[in-house]
Amino acid sequence: MEPSTEKISVKDLSMAYGDFVVMRSLNFSVKRGEVKVIMGGSGCGKSTLLKHMIGLERSSSGEIFYDGELFRPDATAGDAFCRRFGVLFQGGALWTSMTVAENIALPLESYTRLRASEIREVVEFKLSLVGLAGFGHRYPSELSGGMRKRAGLARAIALDPQILFFDEPSAGLDPLSSRRLDDLILELRAALGATVVVVTHELASIFAIADSALFLDAETKSALCDGNPNDLIDDPTVDSKVRNFLKRGELDQATAPAIK
Amino acid sequence: MLYLKRVVVQAVGGLHGYISLQWQAKERQWRIKTMTRTNNKPACTAQSGSSGSGPPDLVLRLSGRWSLAEQRPALSEVVAEVDASGHKTLRFDVDALQSWDTGLLIFVRSCQDWAEAQGLICELADLPEGVQNMVSLSREVPKNRNMPEKQVRDWLSGVGEHSIGMFDGLMRYFTFTGELVLDLFAFLTGRAQMRRKDCLFILQNTGAMAVPIVALLSFLTGLIIAFIGVIQLQKFAADIYVADLVGLAMTRELAAVMAGVIMAGRTGAAFAAQIGSMQVNEEVDALTTFGISPMQFLVLPRVIAMVLMMPLLCVCANLVGILGGMVVAVGIADVTLVQYINQIDSAVSTTDFAVGVFKSAVFGVIIAMAGCYRGLYCGKDAASVGLAATSAVVTAITWIVIADAVFAVLFHILGI
Repeated sequence: MEPSTEKISVKDLSMAYGDFVVMRSLNFSVKRGEVKVIMGGSGCGKSTLLKHMIGLERSSSGEIFYDGELFRPDATAGDAFCRRFGVLFQGGALWTSMTVAENIALPLESYTRLRASEIREVVEFKLSLVGLAGFGHRYPSELSGGMRKRAGLARAIALDPQILFFDEPSAGLDPLSSRRLDDLILELRAALGATVVVVTHELASIFAIADSALFLDAETKSALCDGNPNDLIDDPTVDSKVRNFLKRGELDQATAPAIK
Repeated sequence: MLYLKRVVVQAVGGLHGYISLQWQAKERQWRIKTMTRTNNKPACTAQSGSSGSGPPDLVLRLSGRWSLAEQRPALSEVVAEVDASGHKTLRFDVDALQSWDTGLLIFVRSCQDWAEAQGLICELADLPEGVQNMVSLSREVPKNRNMPEKQVRDWLSGVGEHSIGMFDGLMRYFTFTGELVLDLFAFLTGRAQMRRKDCLFILQNTGAMAVPIVALLSFLTGLIIAFIGVIQLQKFAADIYVADLVGLAMTRELAAVMAGVIMAGRTGAAFAAQIGSMQVNEEVDALTTFGISPMQFLVLPRVIAMVLMMPLLCVCANLVGILGGMVVAVGIADVTLVQYINQIDSAVSTTDFAVGVFKSAVFGVIIAMAGCYRGLYCGKDAASVGLAATSAVVTAITWIVIADAVFAVLFHILGI
């Protein structure tokens, strides 16, 4: 594989909270322009892995490289390195004391030298991308859950990031909104040329958006497989846990005696 | 001679060649520099282009790096001298475009708006695919025009609205107090829904955990009063009365007020922040849906804890404050330890002591009510939790001082 196609590479990453080990020596890479899904059962450390990748948590050992450059969260906080990231948190994580427009304007004001009128224009454009044009004056508390999430996405793409991280984008959304958000992720990826990392356990989303998927297993505390979910599901060489997960437990039901 | 001439000619020729070479290199460098400079800078020119038959297209030629970091031309400058009437279509020429980001996207969008206003058809097909996708994506959902109209009110309606708001707030406070009284009855008859564990935890937090800070500040207060007193009393050789001063001041007034102010800052604010963030997380709503009264479950244990613990803290403050006075009296005034204790014993009556302790219990109710009330009626965002904590402290301290003044008058009339 050509090194230049690797946007993110994670080498021997171990994650732990104190003595409690979450994952041991993870190794994987994300190619430029690819949608990578990190999947696994609840509590297996998906969100923890995401937090390590964006520097909110410190790894107990191992390294993360972006474009071949070592990521040192302490040294790079707030500089250009981190401006490559756009993060959509689970609940949107909008700042509740600011309007939606102010939420999106804050990173622009902090990191660009745009005039106020230009910032307004950019904010309105980003809002229109996520279908929220004209909602800028509202406070987050005046928006529905799905709108809050889309506003969070508008904030995440405010600085035209190269890498977008999504933490459970479809959690708490109805199937249609969740589908729209998935489409939006793909459209933004195509338009921005961004690399996308998504943490989710929604099967529909996984099959719809993933170019490749990493399965984290809480029992063995390691990644079981890495590949396109559409191939993984019917591949008998893949660990049955992964296939079972992708088939919503149908494998278990087929082998287990019927419940009377 | 000929040789010399040749040398000179060669030298001159060489020098000329060197200079001209240098010059050429410099010129080339300069040219590259200016070229890159002009090429990098985002620019846009408008011109008429032919489109076979029919009226010519209006072509916007984009060049350079169209990114937010660059100074981009505004559309109004580009089309300032363009007459749109002779054209039918607006097209883009992006052969010289080097890179783009949101900077170009917002420009294209303003072009679309302008073309629409001029009655032109805006043709995006020549733009990079990403630009086309993003711009059409941004047009997918029409702008929400449903803006709340900014209502302009005259000052009289403002005053009226404010007064009604204040009245509502007052009524809410009465409702809160009334409910609390009913819940207290429920508690006394053993019907209140609250967890023993919560109650004990709050008792520990408001009582035992507050002893060190209350003791420290009371000790210093006793010390200060004694010090000021001794300096004045020594002028009359009446050093011994420092015990009366410290004893009466602490037991009747200062122990209760000091403990009240400390607890308002320490515990009242904590109550407001705890209940307020529960309100933000919809935890209070969750209690209500299970039919558990937030008043009984959250407010009642806190009020009871404060009423029980404040008198104890007041006794502690009394003791330590008098001890602080003793240090000064024995240390710098002509008073012995036994004299001081005897004098305190004769100066401070049980009534004085009881007055202070009673007042502290009332202050406890005030603090707990202010904290819980502000917490329960906290808004739904992060800022309002902070506001709730602040106003809990301010409300509690204000009411403590007011109550203290009322008590002073009351006790004077009653002759206590």
